[in-house]
Amino acid sequence: MNQMNAESYVTADGRTIGGVVMEMKNITLRFGGVTAIEDISFDIREGEIRAIIGPNGAGKSSMLNVISGFYVPQEGEVWFHGAPRPKMRPYKVAKQGIARTFQNIALFEGMSVLDNVMTGRLTHMKSGMLSQAMWWGKAQREEFENRAQVEKVIDFLEIQAIRKTPVGRLPYGLKKRVELARALAAEPKLLLLDEPMAGMNVEEKEDMSRFILDVNDEFGTTICLIEHDMGVVMDLSDRVVVMDYGKKIGDGTPNDVRNNQAVIDAYLGVSHD
Amino acid sequence: MPDQLLFAIEVALNGLMTGVLYALVALGFVLIFKASGVFNYAQGVMALFAAMTLVGIQKGQVPFAHLINSIFGTDIHHFGWHVPSIIAIILTAGVMVLFAWIVERYILKHLVNQPEIILFMATIGLTYFMEGFGDLMWGADLKRLDVGLPQGINDMIDITTAEWFGYGFFIDNLDIVATIIAAILVAGLILFSQYTKQGRAMRAVADDHQAALSVGISLRFIWVLVWSLAGFVALVAGMMWGAKSGVQFSLSLIALKALPVLMLGGFTSIPGAIVGGLIIGVGEKLFEFSIGPLIGGATENWFAYVLALLFLVFRPQGLFGEKIIERV
Repeated sequence: MNQMNAESYVTADGRTIGGVVMEMKNITLRFGGVTAIEDISFDIREGEIRAIIGPNGAGKSSMLNVISGFYVPQEGEVWFHGAPRPKMRPYKVAKQGIARTFQNIALFEGMSVLDNVMTGRLTHMKSGMLSQAMWWGKAQREEFENRAQVEKVIDFLEIQAIRKTPVGRLPYGLKKRVELARALAAEPKLLLLDEPMAGMNVEEKEDMSRFILDVNDEFGTTICLIEHDMGVVMDLSDRVVVMDYGKKIGDGTPNDVRNNQAVIDAYLGVSHD
Repeated sequence: MPDQLLFAIEVALNGLMTGVLYALVALGFVLIFKASGVFNYAQGVMALFAAMTLVGIQKGQVPFAHLINSIFGTDIHHFGWHVPSIIAIILTAGVMVLFAWIVERYILKHLVNQPEIILFMATIGLTYFMEGFGDLMWGADLKRLDVGLPQGINDMIDITTAEWFGYGFFIDNLDIVATIIAAILVAGLILFSQYTKQGRAMRAVADDHQAALSVGISLRFIWVLVWSLAGFVALVAGMMWGAKSGVQFSLSLIALKALPVLMLGGFTSIPGAIVGGLIIGVGEKLFEFSIGPLIGGATENWFAYVLALLFLVFRPQGLFGEKIIERV
């Protein structure tokens, strides 16, 4: 089809990884005098699970915020689908098909699980305000269609039992899952997960890993995730970017990265002088 | 004394009708507070401004007539036409949407991420600006608002109650209409916020700005939307109150009555605003009726605030407000 697909390949477990969907080119992000990200470049390919890892304060979350438009880098360009993305507000980035979750869970606590997941469909609902207010034919049909899609996601993530529960009452692990459901409901072209397993126990981590793999496998969703639990990341991802102190110190398959001296130093702690 | 009791019921009913108007004004506050965390002090002035605009458009008044006449030495006041009520109401609603857009574009946009007290101060500034602007646009004189709503005693209720109890209740037609319109408005708002995508987006923004952005909701659009809705509510409140006691500066003071309503009902609850408004409306009338004579009257000036104060002491989040629990 287009040239991006030219370099596609098939993984050992039989998934097809396509061409580059998103490319970060020489991104530098500063907060006042602090440089959070320094001249980092990497790409994300279609259908892959791409991880960004690194110790605390390495700038991983900042990087995710750059991709999702919450932060605007001082230097560098974000390329999406083969073209540089102009500076845009986060809600517009979402409309382009980039969905995300947050490290500290950002759900609508007062709303039910179903309503929360429904908000994920907002970018797919096109009917105008007036027809919405009047609950006109088109708006009604749209609501039903989107509702059907949402139910699919709810089934998929096994949260049927809590559909009507206000999110504020759910335990932490389930909240994380609802947040994933909301992001998935958007049928994103790129799914960003900010520490999807932070603060979870072993069982919850296993569940979450399974869901991430299933999402990627069944929907072919491209996923970029941040994690600092090395073990989890190595099992999940196709390729890994390693960050430390705002710089990229490694990039490659989990095996490449595991044997990279700079990465070993960053994780085991070698004095930086 | 059945007569006394009947009289008390009549007073309570009238209080209920007043309460509806309080509730309407409080509702305007709640809408904006929920969606943007701004306590909009200007809500009362918005009601006044909407009522003035409605009268002005209806009577074909030339806006800024005084200013134009002073500068150009002309003497124009009226276009010489009368606009039918329904068209005037629609045009005024349009003006309130324009107003919402201007507020977002020129005030709120620049105050994003500022502390709430700054936003509150901005709305106080806005209040006084609009007060002056409204006067400049439409003149400061007392205006009579007549949009064709029925007024005067409702004969049917009077006669029926007279037959049943031997005592005819005095209920103003305007109050009945106001109650019905307010009920429709509130029901419409609730349906809108529960079952439409914009309503869902509105609730989402009220809950978490960051999460709302991440699902593709434009905060600025939602702010214009809630300020517009608050503008409609202000228009309805201004219309009712204006039809009752004329359009004049004191109309903007009903905003101050909305404060105790909010303390009672909670700042974040639409049902709270309604129930709070009704309790205060009925409460102050009944209190004036029963206790007023003992302590020299004029209790309506302070009853609502004292009741609200008591509520704050025992239930700071209000009747329906959310108790905020931060998990650490």
